[in-house]
Amino acid sequence: MSEPIDQAKQRWEQSTLERTLGRFPERREQFTTGSDTPVDRLYLPADLDEQAYLEKIGFPGEYPFTRGVQPTMYRGRLWTMRQYAGFGTALESNLRYRYLLEQGQTGLSVAFDLPTQIGYDSDDPIAAGEVGKVGVAIDSLADMELLFDGIPLDMVSTSMTINAPAAILLAMYLAVAEQQNVPRSELRGTIQNDILKEYIARGTYIFPPEPSMRLITDTFAYCTAEVPEWNTISISGYHIREAGSDAAQEMAFTLADGIEYVRAAIAVGLDVDDFARRLSFFFNSHNDLFEEVAKYRAGRRIWARIMKERFGAGDPRSMMLRFHTQTGGATLTAQQPDNNIVRVAIQALAAVLGGTQSLHTNSREEALSLPTEESVRLALRTQQIIAHESGVAETIDPLAGSYYVEALTDRIEREVLSYLDRIDELGGMIPAITQGYVQREIQEAAYRRQKDIENGRRVVVGVNAHRSEEPSPTGLLRVDPAVAQTQRERIADVRSRRDQQEVERSLRELRAAARSQETNLMPPILSAVKSYATLGEMCRVLRDEFGEYRETIVL
Amino acid sequence: MTEKKPGSCRILIAKPGLDGHDRGAKYIARALRDEGYEVIYTGIRQTPEAIAATAVQEDVQFVGLSLLSGAHGELFPRVIDLLREQGADDIVVFGGGIIPDEDVPHLKEIGVKAVFGPGSVMKDIVAFIESAR
Repeated sequence: MSEPIDQAKQRWEQSTLERTLGRFPERREQFTTGSDTPVDRLYLPADLDEQAYLEKIGFPGEYPFTRGVQPTMYRGRLWTMRQYAGFGTALESNLRYRYLLEQGQTGLSVAFDLPTQIGYDSDDPIAAGEVGKVGVAIDSLADMELLFDGIPLDMVSTSMTINAPAAILLAMYLAVAEQQNVPRSELRGTIQNDILKEYIARGTYIFPPEPSMRLITDTFAYCTAEVPEWNTISISGYHIREAGSDAAQEMAFTLADGIEYVRAAIAVGLDVDDFARRLSFFFNSHNDLFEEVAKYRAGRRIWARIMKERFGAGDPRSMMLRFHTQTGGATLTAQQPDNNIVRVAIQALAAVLGGTQSLHTNSREEALSLPTEESVRLALRTQQIIAHESGVAETIDPLAGSYYVEALTDRIEREVLSYLDRIDELGGMIPAITQGYVQREIQEAAYRRQKDIENGRRVVVGVNAHRSEEPSPTGLLRVDPAVAQTQRERIADVRSRRDQQEVERSLRELRAAARSQETNLMPPILSAVKSYATLGEMCRVLRDEFGEYRETIVL
Repeated sequence: MTEKKPGSCRILIAKPGLDGHDRGAKYIARALRDEGYEVIYTGIRQTPEAIAATAVQEDVQFVGLSLLSGAHGELFPRVIDLLREQGADDIVVFGGGIIPDEDVPHLKEIGVKAVFGPGSVMKDIVAFIESAR
């Protein structure tokens, strides 16, 4: 059957196409995807490996999950619309969360400020200027109580972007749930808890790899027993892409990180089917719609095979690549910021066509500042329009069978597998990172991309083409500079009211647990949290015992 | 473009504060190196004290500060004050990152010579350096 099509294609090329090309040459000699790989003029049934349909594509909710992880996908339930938010004090962020929930958002996503993410209290001199800037400042359980005030934790799912001190913030969440009398078995949410991509791309690491991996496997073990519906990690390609990787690299390095976590958990004696179903992922979505869709589809297929074939998982849930998506921050432009609304819509559409489980849509002014309430509402409305008006949610994996999308899916799969082989040769992801291999690969891609924009090879509307004079945007959100002072006062107040002996006892217990290789760190962290020890105090104990990571600078 | 030869011009690209977004800083560092300048890059999460000390020790003519967390209003002036205290106020300081236009006049007042936000291109940065050296 493919023979006649081949012949027909030749005939078409030599007649119809040839005549047109003679008179109207194409816009470029070579066309490429957003990740700079070649795109053919036309894809044909020969690009679709129909023989291998069952093996490679199959059915939704079944291995290898290329078409999606749930049997009904969005016909059953739409994706979770989850806007990442947080700034200033716990009180201000609490108001923003309540606003978003009132607007129809279905899950919370907490952004912490940088001192919190790196384990410093707001009154630490190193926190100067950063308190409350890119997220909410959390210094002790007292702040966490305020952050979730009036939000019943059995009614929401909460994602927390926290990595190096993830175990501590999770413990604070559990303590708040206990105060609300919500059983742990009813808590739903995610801690990012993905340290490897912090070394690669995001930068909020504290400890060296070995104790960091221990903290992670301790949370896996603890949650498996105590908080069964909690996603213990969100293995993140988002920041790898933001740092400049291409689509296939994003998927490859994220899955390589995932392999490392699974290996570490198995090495400490956990059973793969006990913890693997709570692993979740987090990806970026850029403007090349088809390539992004192919990336998610390829990722699902590869992860399923890794879990089944390499790690011997038996439970299908252990093989599912479940993921959150955020639209691409680095694709937003400071020039003509309203154009970003359109970019975000395309990227959000790609995530939905790619089968995401939850989605954050960026706001138009995020190349300039944190978004205002009005911009965030528009970003959320973008998702709601895709969900309810576009029709794309009414059938499963609607781009399957597109000659182009299937060819792209296969191509990304090949590229990802080749990276995974290379990383295995280097001895896994930790040596690949400490030697700077991963960072170098990303930087090369980032450098090429920026050069392409500067020399006009790649068009960015409003930046290197179609420019216009415009007034500077006004009304940007400013974080109240008083937040640092407010936080300092709150810490002083907490310190004056707590039982100091209990704090010291619990910190000694934490130190002892850190020294022992055998003890799970979660119980002593939870008891320190409940004594109102601060995040900085707990992290200081762990810094003493574990040491601190130093960046491998790659230029 | 300019006629001046880059040669013997030393530039420190630095990341003050706690944010880990180093894509821009690394791009600028590498692209300036490709233009023929001597470039030193600090890595992320540097204190203003460490940046000023490195600038003096390395005897640089320029310090480029990159910050995306919104803490530029606090941290850029701190670096400039420290350079001044160490008698190194001849070092030209410029900046980049997520910096709203409305913050730029104040930064210039306190001595930041130029601010390159998102969408800036190398030829403008090189032109700035050549005009300021």
